[in-house]
Amino acid sequence: MWRRMLAIVIKELRQLSRDRMTFGMIVMIPLVQLMLFGYAINTDARHLPAGLVDLSGSSYSSPLIQAIKATQVVDFTTRYASLPEAEAAITRGEVKVVLYLPPDLGERLIRHPGFSGGQYMAEPVGQWLVDGSDTVLAAAIRSLRQMPLDEVAGRAVKTSVPSFEVVQYFNPEQRSVVNIIPGLLGVILTMTMVMFTSAAIVREREQGNMEFLITTPVKPLELMLGKILPYVLVGFIQVLIILTMGHLIFALPIRGGLDSIALASMLFICASLTLGLVISTIAKTQLQAMQMTVFVLLPSILLSGFMFPYEAMPIAAQWIAEALPATHFMRMSRAIILRDAEVMSLGADAIWLLGFTCLGLLVASLRFSKHLD
Amino acid sequence: MTAEFAIETHGMTRMFGDVAAVDHLDLAIPQGSIYGFLGPNGCGKSTSIRMLTGLLRPTSGDIRVLGESLPGAEEKLRRRIGYMTQKFSLYENLTVQENLEFVAQIYGLRRKEARQRIDELLSLYDLLGREKQMAGSMSGGERQRLALAAATVHRPELLFLDEPTSAVDPQNRREFWERLFDLCAVGTTILVSTHYMDEAERCHHLAILERGTKRADGSPQALMDAMGARVIEVTGNDLRTLKQQLISESAVMSVAQIGSRLRILIRSDVINPQEWLESRVSGRSLAEVRPSLEDVFVTCTGDRHVA
Ligand SMILES: Nc1ncnc2c1ncn2[C@@H]1O[C@H](COP(=O)(O)OP(=O)(O)OP(=O)(O)O)[C@@H](O)[C@H]1O
Ligand SMILES: [Mg+2]
Repeated sequence: MWRRMLAIVIKELRQLSRDRMTFGMIVMIPLVQLMLFGYAINTDARHLPAGLVDLSGSSYSSPLIQAIKATQVVDFTTRYASLPEAEAAITRGEVKVVLYLPPDLGERLIRHPGFSGGQYMAEPVGQWLVDGSDTVLAAAIRSLRQMPLDEVAGRAVKTSVPSFEVVQYFNPEQRSVVNIIPGLLGVILTMTMVMFTSAAIVREREQGNMEFLITTPVKPLELMLGKILPYVLVGFIQVLIILTMGHLIFALPIRGGLDSIALASMLFICASLTLGLVISTIAKTQLQAMQMTVFVLLPSILLSGFMFPYEAMPIAAQWIAEALPATHFMRMSRAIILRDAEVMSLGADAIWLLGFTCLGLLVASLRFSKHLD
Repeated sequence: MTAEFAIETHGMTRMFGDVAAVDHLDLAIPQGSIYGFLGPNGCGKSTSIRMLTGLLRPTSGDIRVLGESLPGAEEKLRRRIGYMTQKFSLYENLTVQENLEFVAQIYGLRRKEARQRIDELLSLYDLLGREKQMAGSMSGGERQRLALAAATVHRPELLFLDEPTSAVDPQNRREFWERLFDLCAVGTTILVSTHYMDEAERCHHLAILERGTKRADGSPQALMDAMGARVIEVTGNDLRTLKQQLISESAVMSVAQIGSRLRILIRSDVINPQEWLESRVSGRSLAEVRPSLEDVFVTCTGDRHVA
């Protein structure tokens, strides 16, 4: 079993080392994409799930929360008992936004310059904690800073200080490149990994190698594993290129441990490679394989959270996004690289990718028939 | 079932849509012999071989290969059979050595064993000194030798060769056949498809295929002896006109010009063909000759094919 698989791996590596074009693509795709996406893509975000830490216990908090909901920018989904707890949730990626209402909310509200007759201490009434690594999202929350407090107060309010203070975590300068690079990692890997393996089986079929190969004792699973293993290496080379260049050119902070990054990349690379293999067992020609790759690639760019915040997408789109390995990886890579989250706290995404890989291998092996008809 | 026959089929049929590529083929191929499939393009040679190697499932019929029945025993048979495909199926961007190493590993040869076997094959098939050449850059004859080497790495008991010498010159073809007889001498059964007469004549047994059916089978000699036509050659001038004239006769199966002679196949139901013909050739000289395999082929397949 191992001998035959190794035979395939060696053969693939030898062929790869002779294929200058593919070799060039391995290096050029990450470089070119990294440069191209070096600028921001902005959109309007709505109904972002948000956490709430309400320590005020005052009767003012509930009309305030109602007023914020009315803006449709956020929906409060979770309550946290304390500020540290909420911060931990942001780091884990559970929520990206938390509203903190301090114990002295009532006093602040009255002292707020909007309230006539109060003491004019220019103090915001609450604080937004925002995961700044997602720039679109952070921009949406910033729009809430100046939210009018008329309704809460029950009269016209003129604002001279912001209603809220906004604190951004992880990306204080709001540079979208920082957010884009971990996402780009997902897009580039999807593109190259799926593309390389989607041609793997079809090419042998088209070039006539398959007719000989299937008369040998090689087993489908051995062939499948042998086909993807060399590309795991290729994937890692690309991760290395993107992160190194990102770090050097765009000053990408790499907060998480390299082991966590490696593990997450490994899972995603394997998932993408098996996806390509499945395509390769379906496609009849290399052209078809390429078309199917694009078919997978487009939603991976548009729906995975790379371009638009996942939280702001309609439910149907979120469902599709959940099915894509890129979405899960995007979440993991941002959490690890920008927020120093542990892989373990991202268990659900990791397990999903692992499951996807196993299922993909199984499907590809079952679909691959050692017959010509 | 005795193991006397390496391959035995009854009513082997393969349909592609409404077309029968192979139509109720009965074969009995003795062990240790070289058996030929002779037939024109599209007669079902490759399709038959693919069914016998387990790559295609028959639409109907029984197949037994080396005592195992197909479909069902494909994986069991993999190590016992070798297959050289019609189209070159090794990797063009790997070297000779790398291709053979790959095949040896796939068949599970150990490192040392593989190295020995590859060296042996390289010298046997005259590929020494070409180990580092890319398979894609080799000439037709070299490629065929490499493909044969690859198909025999694991010393199969049964070897399928699908038009192995289609790109090979006569000299190299002779060499190639010498190697086949070597293999045969150590007990390998070989099934080879071809549309070359000289190649077919070298086989121990032969099946002439046409549109998926078997038109005749037997040893080349027996086929020539039992041919259902007589062969007469005519010499003289203005042979083109004579040919036009004769071809319209229903008793004439085929007329072919060979240099300054006309080779005429006459149905065996004509009692005295020489006399019958004399009255029609207006004084040109004629003589009956021994039938060749090509004549057999033409009578079987109705002049569709010119090799
Ligand atoms: N996959 C297929 N689908 C449809 N028809 C097919 C298929 N494979 C073969 N055929 C048809 O079956 C017939 C026999 O084909 P086959 O390849 O066996 O011929 P062959 O004797 O090997 O010819 P050649 O000497 O040209 O190699 C042909 O008419 C061919 O068009
Ligand atoms: Mg053929």
